[in-house]
This record gives sequence, C-alpha cells and structure tokens, in this order.
Amino acid sequence: MRSALRRAVRGVRWYVRELTDESAYDRYVTHVRRDHPQADVPTRREFERMRTDRQEEDPRQGFRCC
Amino acid sequence: MRTANVRTTVIWTLVALVGATGWAVLALARGEDVSAAWMVAAALGSYAIAYRFYAKFIAYKVLKVDRTRATPAERLNNGIDFHPTDRRVLLGHHFAAIAGAGPLVGPVLAAQMGYLPGTIWIIAGVVFAGAVQDMVVLFFSTRRDGRSLGQMAREEIGPFGGAAALIAAFAIMIILLGVLALVIVNALAQSPWGTFSIAMTIPIALLMGFYLRVLRPGRVSEVSLIGVALLLLALIAGRWVAESSWADTFTLAPSTLVVWLVAYGFIASILPVWMLLAPRDYLSTFMKIGTILLLALGVVIALPTLKMDAVTDFASRGNGPVFAGSLFPFVFITIACGALSGFHSLISSGTTPKMIQKETQVRMIGYGSMLMESSVAIMALVAASIIDPGLYFAMNAPSGAIGTTVQEASRVVSGWGYSISPDDLARAAERVEESSLLSRTGGAPTLAIGVSEIFSKVTGGSLRAFWYHFAIMFEALFILTALDAGTRVGRFMLQDMLGNVIKPFKNISWKPGLVITSALVCGLWGYFLWVGVHEPLGGINQLFPIFGISNQLLAAVALAVCTTLLVKSGRLKWAWITGIPLVWDATVTLTASWQKVFSSDPKVGFFKQRSVFQDAIDRGEVLPPAKNMDDMHTVVTNSTVDGVLTAVLALLIVVVIADALRVCVRHVRRPALSTLSEAPYVESKLVAPAGLFPTREEKEEARHEVGTPAGG
Repeated sequence: MRSALRRAVRGVRWYVRELTDESAYDRYVTHVRRDHPQADVPTRREFERMRTDRQEEDPRQGFRCC
Repeated sequence: MRTANVRTTVIWTLVALVGATGWAVLALARGEDVSAAWMVAAALGSYAIAYRFYAKFIAYKVLKVDRTRATPAERLNNGIDFHPTDRRVLLGHHFAAIAGAGPLVGPVLAAQMGYLPGTIWIIAGVVFAGAVQDMVVLFFSTRRDGRSLGQMAREEIGPFGGAAALIAAFAIMIILLGVLALVIVNALAQSPWGTFSIAMTIPIALLMGFYLRVLRPGRVSEVSLIGVALLLLALIAGRWVAESSWADTFTLAPSTLVVWLVAYGFIASILPVWMLLAPRDYLSTFMKIGTILLLALGVVIALPTLKMDAVTDFASRGNGPVFAGSLFPFVFITIACGALSGFHSLISSGTTPKMIQKETQVRMIGYGSMLMESSVAIMALVAASIIDPGLYFAMNAPSGAIGTTVQEASRVVSGWGYSISPDDLARAAERVEESSLLSRTGGAPTLAIGVSEIFSKVTGGSLRAFWYHFAIMFEALFILTALDAGTRVGRFMLQDMLGNVIKPFKNISWKPGLVITSALVCGLWGYFLWVGVHEPLGGINQLFPIFGISNQLLAAVALAVCTTLLVKSGRLKWAWITGIPLVWDATVTLTASWQKVFSSDPKVGFFKQRSVFQDAIDRGEVLPPAKNMDDMHTVVTNSTVDGVLTAVLALLIVVVIADALRVCVRHVRRPALSTLSEAPYVESKLVAPAGLFPTREEKEEARHEVGTPAGG
C-alpha cells in the first residue's frame, strides 16, 4: 500500500517534470556526457539561457495553436 | 494478424452499442429533454471505435509505420529539440500545443443552429478528416526530419504552390490573431473584475520570468505553482476591485481595450522570450489542462440537460443572428478546431516530429491528441446548449439586432421563438456580477456562463460568479499567449519574405528589422480588431466566417500536401484517405468563400452588402443597424476589405490545390520525373511501445532489451 502510493507520487512527479521540461537540463547533461565526453557541460543557468535564446531565434518552436 | 478472441469481440461490441445508443437518442429525441450524457456517449463510443479500427488501419496498412526505422529524435538527438520523448509526455505536449481557444469558441457560435449539426460535424469531422490530417502530417514530417508544412509544400509540390501556401499562412495568422483578440475584447469590455484579473497576469508572468531567469533557473514546477496560486488570488481580488472605488479604472470601453491589446501585443513580442512569453505559457498550459479536466469531470458528474433545440430554424433559413448563412456550408467553417483544423498541421510538422520515439506512435500522438481536442469541442457545445436558449441568443446577437436594453432584447429574442423575460436577462447578468450580458459576442462569455452553470451544480450556486470569471480568465490567458506567440511567428514569416527583397531583414536579430516587422504584424491584426469592435453589423458576425474559412483553407493546404505525398510515395490506391477529406473541405470552404463574395443576400455576401449600403449613401439614407453616415461608410469600407480578403484567400488555395494536382498527375503518368525527399532508412536501436498501454509482446521486448548489456 505504502509502496504503491510512493510509486504513484514518483510517477506524477516524473510526469510533471517531463511535461514542463524541467528535466531538460538533466537530459542534456546525460546526453553530453554520453555522446560527447570531451565537451564541457554547461551550468544549469547557461543551459536555460541557451534554450530561451534558441526559442528567440525561431519562434515556431513551441508555437501554440488557436 | 491475430484472430480476435471472444473477450475482445464482446468489449468492442459493447463500445459500439454505447456509441450507437448515444447517436440514436440524439437523433430521435424531439421536443423532450435530452441529457448531455448521450452526447458524451455518442462521442466517446465513436472515438474509441475510430481509434481502434480506422486509425490503426491507416497507420499500419496505408502509412506502413515501421518500428525498426529510427525517427529524427533518435538519429539527430541533440538533447534539446531533437530527443526521444516518452510517448505519454509527448501526448501531453502535443495536446497542450494544439488545444486553445478555437475548439471552445467555434462550437458555441455554431450552437445557433442547434446542438445536433455541431455534434455530427465535430465527431464525423475529427474521425475522418481532422485526426487523419494531424496523424498523416506528423508521419510525413517525421520521415523528413521534422520539416515544416511550408517546407514540405515547397519541396514536394513546387516553388509556386509553396509560395502561395506561405502567403496564405501569413494572412491566416493575421486574421486568427485579430479574431482571437476580438473575442477577449468582447469578454472584458465593461467588466472590471475580468479586466483586473487579466491585467494582473502580466506582473505575475514577469515575476515568474525573473524567478526562472535569475533566482532558480529551470525550476518550472515550483514557479508554476506560485504562479497559479497568485493567479487565483488575482481572480478573487478581481471581485474586491469590482466592488471598490477602483472599479472605474478597470471598466474599459471596447475601443480602449483595443489600444491596450495592440500595445501589449507589440511590447510583448519584442521583449525577450524569458520575460513574458515563456512564463505566461507555463501558466496557460497549467490552467488549460486543469480546467479541461475539471470541465470533463463537471459534465460527467452534473450530466446537465440540453435546453437548446436539436436543430433550430436558423439552420435552414440562414438568417441567424450569430453568423449569417445556412447550415451548409457555414456550420462546417464555424466549427474549425475540434473537427478539422489547419493550424494543427503547423504543430504536427515541426515540433512534435523531432521528439517522437517511434513511427508506430503517430497514431497515439497525432490521432489520439486530436480526439482529445474534439472532446473539448463537445464539452464546449454541451456548455452552450445547456443554458437558456433565450439567454444564448441575447448574448450572441450583435447589439445592432437586439438593442441595448433588456426590454428590447427580450422582445426581439422572443420574436425569434425563444422567450425570455427582461427580468431573467437582468438576473442572469447579476448572478455572475456583470453589468450586462447583452451582445457579449465571441463565444467566450457564453462558454463561461455554461461552465459556471455546470460547476455551480457541483459546488453550489454561491460560487457562480467566481466560476464565470474563472472561465473568462482561462480563455483570455491563452488568447493573450497566442497573441504574443502568433505575432512572433507572423514576424518571422514577414522577416523571411522581406529578407528576399531587402537583405538586412533576413537577419532575424537585426533590431530595427525586428521592431518594424513586429509593428507591421501588430498593425495588421490590430486593424482587424479595430474594425471588428467598431463594426455596426457586429464584428464577430462579420469576421468569424473569414477566420473559419482561413483555418479550413490551411487544412486544405495540409491535406493537399498529404495527398500529394501519398501519391508520390507509391500509395496511390490509398490516396482517398486524405483525398476525400480534401475534396469535402475544399467544397465546403470554397462554397462558403463563394457565398461570402457573390451571394445576393446582403447578410451573407460582402459585395452585395457593400452595394446596398453604398446605394443608400448615394440616396442620403441611413440603413439600420447603422446609426449615422459614418457608420454607413464604415460598413462600405469593411465589407470591401472583407470581400477582397476572402476572394484572395480562396484564390491562393485554389492555386495550391491545382499545383498539387498537377504534381500528382505528372507522377502517375511519368513517375521517373518525381523526386521524394525522404530521409534514408536507419535502423532503430530504441525499444518503445506504440500505444498508451504496452502489449504483451512489447513488454517482452522491453524486458529482453534490459537483459542485454547496453550497446551504444
């Protein structure tokens, strides 16, 4: 019972983090460490700035519908 | 293929029976109370059958989705925009991107013809056209590294058709923004409560933006919780403001709101993304998903009774006050999003294909999300059909038709056969703490009344006014986001087009170019907004049909691209899958355009309207609903602009369809001349289920994958 509840809470937390892209940084770090072990890993602050800058450059990313 | 076992057969027979019963009750009930439960049953039953059988058939027999083929997310994974995303997360992403004000507004307006035509079109349209379009575009874009619809049109049809598609998309974007802005203006005018709470969303978003940029970068969930809490506080505070001495400051006339909105749109679109756009988007996504879930629960728990007629007389006579024209073709363009929406093809190509894990998931993401959006449209139709029809017409008819007092409105609406007393009209406004509900056109206030009706059945009537403003805030919030995001996309298109002529514009971060193009885009939609607010014949009445036509024309472009691709990729015998929806959509939309341009009924045809009013001006007469000569000249100018615009849009789309047809015919005659720009096959190393729930084989496969040592 307790473990089922804990699993549910963990599931919801995972889903919310993924849906809001809060997990984007962790994902990026994993990606860089695995595929480009030589490259520097940006800090979270640098990474989030890079992400909004990219959206600035191409507003079609993340466009919302009517 | 496995043979169906007994359990599956029994389950699907039951699902079919539920759907069929819903349809039967809706179709046969006349003059008696029908519960909204039947509408829900018809919808869900049909969706389930369509998803299980038709979508599966299209995915596996027509598109031949290949689970061994790596998607762009896997091949081009850069950890940012290209990355394999869990299918359940991507479903949420995609749904949040396609669902907006459209599916909520269109069905409300279409309810003037009764609930039955709308229900049939929303369900049949999504099953055979809308969801098919979304899924097929998603599939083809996935095969092309996430190319946008415009790029696919250029590459697969040709530069001519591609350019026409691009110009059409730009014009459509402008009209969309103008009409959405008009919806908010009509909802917020003379409403201090609504105006205050919406105004508060700006400082709240700025605060969230600062938090995410400076204090705790990337902590989206916590900042969203703070934002939503502040938003609810702003909503409650709205009531205090409306009752205080500040009320006058926030009681704005429509023309003042126009100025504020255009200024907001311009400033928001030149500010950095992190300041306003991104945090506001988090807020509106949270509110959107939350409210839609609440509404679904509310409808299921309250199971309200439909009070609107199944089919009203306006359907055949074509003289409805909300929008003019008869059932065919106007119901089909009024309900765009929710049944078939061209805008979705912009999401299905571009963002989502870069994140999808497996080709086999296009059914769940493309078709599934669109079914969800369609169910939102059904809920909006329920909300509009459960309120008193007399109130519905008093809220949605322009003031030129029903006057400005409750007595006059009651008399006119009763004359249409929907009796409602002046007292009832006044009380309806009082109960939601608004000064008046007359001519609150645009759909949002009507929806809010329906939502407050449903929610207060669950929570008790004392919260009615709160729920009304909650619903208004929820719609206004994502319309404001759309204004900001849409202005940026429009600017991007304009920079691209101008860049071909004046070089510096090509550099999208060149500041003067950015400011000039932003101002141009805001000026263009601001023009339509201004016109809509000052239109003596009613802005929504005049402009909503153009919005519907333009959205459906964009769908025609998307379906034309899909059909061309089906033909060129050797699926000629299946070209009808998107070909029939294309023919239907083109017929409906071009008929509507034709009528809007050439009809001899001055309520429908723009040029006839122009000549009637011009002749009156020449005779020195003032025709109602115009009140003076200025109004008369306004009508003449507006109908000329509207008529020319409708004609140009229709011509552009005819060009695209003709060009697509030319390419298809050439391919059938001489296949060697065609080129297909599909990304080459690369074998996939990922293992992921196709549907929401993994099948036994997929679970087995996943377990096997975990068991083997990780390769690469």
